[in-house]
Amino acid sequence: MRFLVPLVAVLVLVLLAIAGAGAHLQFLLGVVVPYAALAIFVLGMIAKVVGWGKAPVPFRIPTTCGQQKSLPWIKQNKIENPSGAGGTFIRMLLEVLVFRTLWRNLRTEMHGTPDNPQLVYKSTRWLWLGGMMFHWTFLIIVIRHLRFFFQRVPGFVQSIEHVDNGLKFLTTYPAVTNPGKLSAALHGFLQVGMPMLYVTDILFITAVTYLLLRRIFIPQVKYMTLANDSFPLFLILGIGISGVVMRYFHRVDVVGVKNLAMGLVSFHPVVPSSVGSIFYVHLLLVSTLLAYFPFSKLVHFGGVFLSPTRNLANNSREVRHINPWNYPVEVHTYEEYENDFRAKMKMAGVPVEKEED
Amino acid sequence: MAKQMKPNEIISEIDYKKMPEGSWLDQPAEIKPGMFCWGAKAKSIKTVGFPNARDWNPSEEDWKLPENWQGTVLEAMKDRLGKYRSFKLFMDICVRCGACADKCHFYIGTGDPKNMPVMRAELMRSVYRKYFTTPGKMLGKLAGARELDIKVLKEWWSYFFQCTECRRCSVFCPYGIDHAEITMMGREFLNLLGLNIEWIMGPVANCHVKCNHLGLEPHTIVNNVEFMLDDIETVTGIRINPSFNRKGAEILFVTPSGDLFADPGTYTCMGYLMLFHELGLDYTWSTYASEGGNFGFFTTNEMGKRLNAKIYAEAKRLGVKYIIGGECGHMWRVLSQYMNTWNGPEADFLEVPKSPITGTVFENTRGTRAVHISEFTADLIKHGKLKLDPSRNDHLKVTFHDSCNTARGMGLLEEPRYVLKSVCNNFYEMPQHTIREKTFCCGSGSGLNAGEDIDLRMKGGLPRANAVKHVHDKHGVNLLANVCAIDRATLTTSMDYWVPGVKVAGLSELVANALVMKGEKERTTDLRGEPLPNKAGGDQ
Repeated sequence: MRFLVPLVAVLVLVLLAIAGAGAHLQFLLGVVVPYAALAIFVLGMIAKVVGWGKAPVPFRIPTTCGQQKSLPWIKQNKIENPSGAGGTFIRMLLEVLVFRTLWRNLRTEMHGTPDNPQLVYKSTRWLWLGGMMFHWTFLIIVIRHLRFFFQRVPGFVQSIEHVDNGLKFLTTYPAVTNPGKLSAALHGFLQVGMPMLYVTDILFITAVTYLLLRRIFIPQVKYMTLANDSFPLFLILGIGISGVVMRYFHRVDVVGVKNLAMGLVSFHPVVPSSVGSIFYVHLLLVSTLLAYFPFSKLVHFGGVFLSPTRNLANNSREVRHINPWNYPVEVHTYEEYENDFRAKMKMAGVPVEKEED
Repeated sequence: MAKQMKPNEIISEIDYKKMPEGSWLDQPAEIKPGMFCWGAKAKSIKTVGFPNARDWNPSEEDWKLPENWQGTVLEAMKDRLGKYRSFKLFMDICVRCGACADKCHFYIGTGDPKNMPVMRAELMRSVYRKYFTTPGKMLGKLAGARELDIKVLKEWWSYFFQCTECRRCSVFCPYGIDHAEITMMGREFLNLLGLNIEWIMGPVANCHVKCNHLGLEPHTIVNNVEFMLDDIETVTGIRINPSFNRKGAEILFVTPSGDLFADPGTYTCMGYLMLFHELGLDYTWSTYASEGGNFGFFTTNEMGKRLNAKIYAEAKRLGVKYIIGGECGHMWRVLSQYMNTWNGPEADFLEVPKSPITGTVFENTRGTRAVHISEFTADLIKHGKLKLDPSRNDHLKVTFHDSCNTARGMGLLEEPRYVLKSVCNNFYEMPQHTIREKTFCCGSGSGLNAGEDIDLRMKGGLPRANAVKHVHDKHGVNLLANVCAIDRATLTTSMDYWVPGVKVAGLSELVANALVMKGEKERTTDLRGEPLPNKAGGDQ
């Protein structure tokens, strides 16, 4: 259920898009649905983040992962246990940009025998690698797509495309110094038809596939997997595959796509006549992802910035952290205590406030 | 009471690869002897005014729940979601990547998949989804949502008392999700139904009225300290005269009551007494603030605050300038991350702690005005203010256990190590992934150190014990040093079970062993009465 239902759901979406395109529902699929999805995404994420933001942070609870600031001659770990804004900023930056925490991931193994067990902890970075590959290539691919939304393609988009085509250099420049068959073969391989192959496309599909496979084959991860986890993976894989198909195998009318995109961003939507139905598959899956986003675990995209165990400096011994809903509580007072135990205190020579009851 | 499991039986049960078939959503928890603590007694619940006070038995079918208990829990859940960003966020953003899965000592020691931190949190999240999210309301089980029924409640109870709030998972979570936050919420909700465990509720009730977990009355505290003073005199020839509840002292000393009660905590306590005496420190003990720890913290936020309030209140009544705190784990989580927020405004009369011996100002404590004994001692040693003979600890091969809370809720890592290396010649670290911020819980923290859940405790204690075993086998380590009262009690049991031959000691005990005091007689034994190397035998 946790794999099959989401897979079927994504396939149904694919069929819907194909059928819709065939039934001349281009305006619905190309304009109405994307607009609606984007609106749900934007409003939904705003609502989500505002909802989190409205909940106060009553206590300062950073998880300290290094030496605290204490005596001047003890070296503080300013990033893993920051006491100020600078260190906290760097801690967050490393977390968000290079997944610092996943980098230190470990794998626990039980060795030895029942009478002499040996627990072993080994560094493991596959999840880090898969996560990094997935998120970074996703970002680059999204940035590359900006070329559809600008009349003149912005310089940074071109630069990214250029670098993303990086393997071209491997195949052309070494060819000058090392004119081998390998180089020529690589060049041929990477040039699937006309367009140059983007490195990110390969990495992206690889990463999503890895993230999906580990949910199926690692027993613990399979146990914790819900449809909520496999659905976005199937969806994103579908987006990736439809995109790759469109670009390399079953070319669509790129000018038509750009017209549609430009129409959408300028709020003068036009529906080109000649874009293939595979494009509408791609677009419907993307729209689904956008609309699904705010209601799913994908909100970690915004949430990671707000995590109180990471984004707070460990300075609560130095500066008072205010809890807005802190309220007075009933305390068993010293007076009550002394009233209970006065005789015993006096007997033991412990000073008292009042000599008699 | 079932027979206690043997170590090899525990190991044989563990298979990380084996997971139950089907969906966890409909696999209820088993309340198994040896794996749970007795339910809180009516008397204890009533003492602090918590709801639904009645005697009940977790292993019986009927938990004597109040009418409309679901409503009570869901209402509280809604309330806490609005009060704690951590809770709300951690309900939403987990992607179930599994990075936390094999980081939990209870998972490592039991192999029970619901002890993977992510799964323990999912027990709560599944209910959150059902009542507070659109997909959960619409899609139900398909979206991982389920109703809060009695099976789910029992599952909560079982697993939120199989978490020691050690926060090791939060070190490894890419979003910093801290499952202690979720356990804390879970326990808040359970407390609304009178579903605590007696091993927590009893000490809380004691602490409320008698001002310490163990229920030591003022004269007992004085007597217990007197016994220690006798022992100190036997070892050193010096008679110490500490004061209790003395107004006008410069410093109030607060430590967990476990240190006053049973060995090996009492040896740590003797260490404090000897150190402060040697320094001529102007300090006082208090019978009212006679508990540094805070089991209230393991019930509800409010109860934590109620118990904690006594420390500053007593500091105010006695007119001290600042506070020194003894060796304890969760005490320092509370003192570092909660005390000033809860009760700080009551303590604005206090001064920034300044060591009267070295003149060092503890700038990092300028808010709480509470200095950790290891910070205080490290500063003394650094300034050469203590005369130390580390060879008196030469019969010991020592390793150091970082307490969860001082490591991950504070960052007290180097101070105790500096002290330890100054007072011992033989110090060996455990493997790198089992110490410092990656340290393992003793297995019995957050109020789970009862007798009836001994199997659970030994399972949870396995990762720590196994790392000790590593250095025991490799270097002959025979002493596990720490700065935590619960550790001193629980690791002793765990070492006897997993690594016989390793004893447990608080850091201050080792300091006192090495401390050369003015006017002391030649010592022939350590604080435990065991002969000193090169002294009693004299043949080396």
